[in-house]
Amino acid sequence: MNVQTPPAADGGSAPPVCAVVLATDALDRLMPMALIVSSTGHIRHVGPTLARLRPARALAGTRLLEVFELRRPHDVTCFADLVATAGAVLHLRFRDAPATALTGQCVPLAGGAGVLVNLSFGIGAVEALGVYDLTGADFPPTDLTVELLYLAEANAAIRAESLRLTRRLQGARHRAEELSQTDALTGLANRRAMEMVLDRYRAARERFGLMQLDLDFFKQVNDEQGHAAGDEVLRAVAAILREETREQDTVVRAGGDEFVLVFHRLTDAARLAGIARRLLLRLEQPIPYGGAACRISGSIGIVVSTDYAAPDPERMLQDADAALYASKKAGRARYCFAGRDAAPARPEP
Amino acid sequence: MHGMINRALQCFLQDTYGEDRWHAIAAAAGLGPDGFEAMLTYPHGPADAVLRAAASDLSRPREVILDDIGTYLVSHPHMAVIRRLLRFGGPSFPDFLYSLDHLHERTRLALPDLRLPLLDLRQHDGTAFTLSVTHRVAGFGHVAVGILRAMADDYGALVLLDHRGRRGEVETVSIDLAAAAFAEPRTFRLGGDAR
Repeated sequence: MNVQTPPAADGGSAPPVCAVVLATDALDRLMPMALIVSSTGHIRHVGPTLARLRPARALAGTRLLEVFELRRPHDVTCFADLVATAGAVLHLRFRDAPATALTGQCVPLAGGAGVLVNLSFGIGAVEALGVYDLTGADFPPTDLTVELLYLAEANAAIRAESLRLTRRLQGARHRAEELSQTDALTGLANRRAMEMVLDRYRAARERFGLMQLDLDFFKQVNDEQGHAAGDEVLRAVAAILREETREQDTVVRAGGDEFVLVFHRLTDAARLAGIARRLLLRLEQPIPYGGAACRISGSIGIVVSTDYAAPDPERMLQDADAALYASKKAGRARYCFAGRDAAPARPEP
Repeated sequence: MHGMINRALQCFLQDTYGEDRWHAIAAAAGLGPDGFEAMLTYPHGPADAVLRAAASDLSRPREVILDDIGTYLVSHPHMAVIRRLLRFGGPSFPDFLYSLDHLHERTRLALPDLRLPLLDLRQHDGTAFTLSVTHRVAGFGHVAVGILRAMADDYGALVLLDHRGRRGEVETVSIDLAAAAFAEPRTFRLGGDAR
């Protein structure tokens, strides 16, 4: 057979056309997925690797476009069109199952003896090799299909290891979070730390005051100015709470915009009321954020352990919560004590 | 040392001698029971400490353990991936031997930071080869012997292997191919062995 390089466009100074004559078995070694197609469009020769894709079916003698559906170029409807595509990239697909996709190129043979269509699995190699039983010997050494498969397997193995590491780290993080006693955003104590402090006070019969503080209008800040603004507000509130409390007090972020303050050995109502007033006044100061200002407020409910015969932290938290609710109901920026008759008070600047 | 190498050492000890022995060895080497992570990088110290502790705990010479690790990497079901990646080297055992020259490049393609030893295969005649194994750390030559023996088995080839010692950073392994097709090779399909 002859393989002919494309003829030069101008006959004059072009180098002479060089016809390459190859024995079929040499062609089979170089291009084991090639087809030779006669000028009538009938397959005359099938490369050995390509033949292994249809072991039960003789492709030779059938028409190329009956075996394959030509996907690209899309305007080829007959064999003559295909011959005219010489040099263009072809995308074909077996018409019968498995409908493996192949990529290739078609070049004319010398003397109008038809065309040579060389095919490859292209990027579909990994999938195709899961379907067909091929070995390394089915690919010529210049073909990188085997290397592609090697790389796909190596990558899958590495991905599995990475996934294992990620899971292990995630587990470790989860455990660390469970053991953590601080709120990641504000650095304040978390609920877990608060429970430990309250249990300690109960066991040691320490007296203490407790405030529940809820922010007002925090949801609006989040909704209107975004979560980053909300986070900034929480950090600013945390800073205020730290400044207005003493070293021995515990400032807790108990949830979204809920805070608890535990005052060690401080049960004096007048002093606690003073702290509550200062807190509420400071919370109403605009908090600068990105050139704008966030405006919030707060409501407070207060309990003191000396009001109880046997102070139970859980009960005290519930009572403080009820007092907080009374403050909220009376309007924003108010505080009141649980179990005392005085109406929720609003601090005057 | 790349975590892949440390992790292989750990898996070998766990799979061959059990969790309890591994815990004892890890503790003796000053490691936690979780041991190594394949995707992290470690200094050379810990792997060496584990190897030392294993040699003492198992009363086996270091070279024998390293040789066993090589065999384990190819033949243990948990390491099927490594055996398959090595079988991509070619259809016959000699092809596999020739592919060792490119193992470094192949590995670099998949894991750029994994520094495997440099391998250099010399062929003396039709059946006699020497493999030079170059690495800063001593012992990879013994692992190579274990790998070569297990791969020969996989290909159904009969080989005689000999570790000829280390000079500088180079360990030399002689390979005598007694029969390239001695027994039935294990199946290897490009698209995966499980079907």
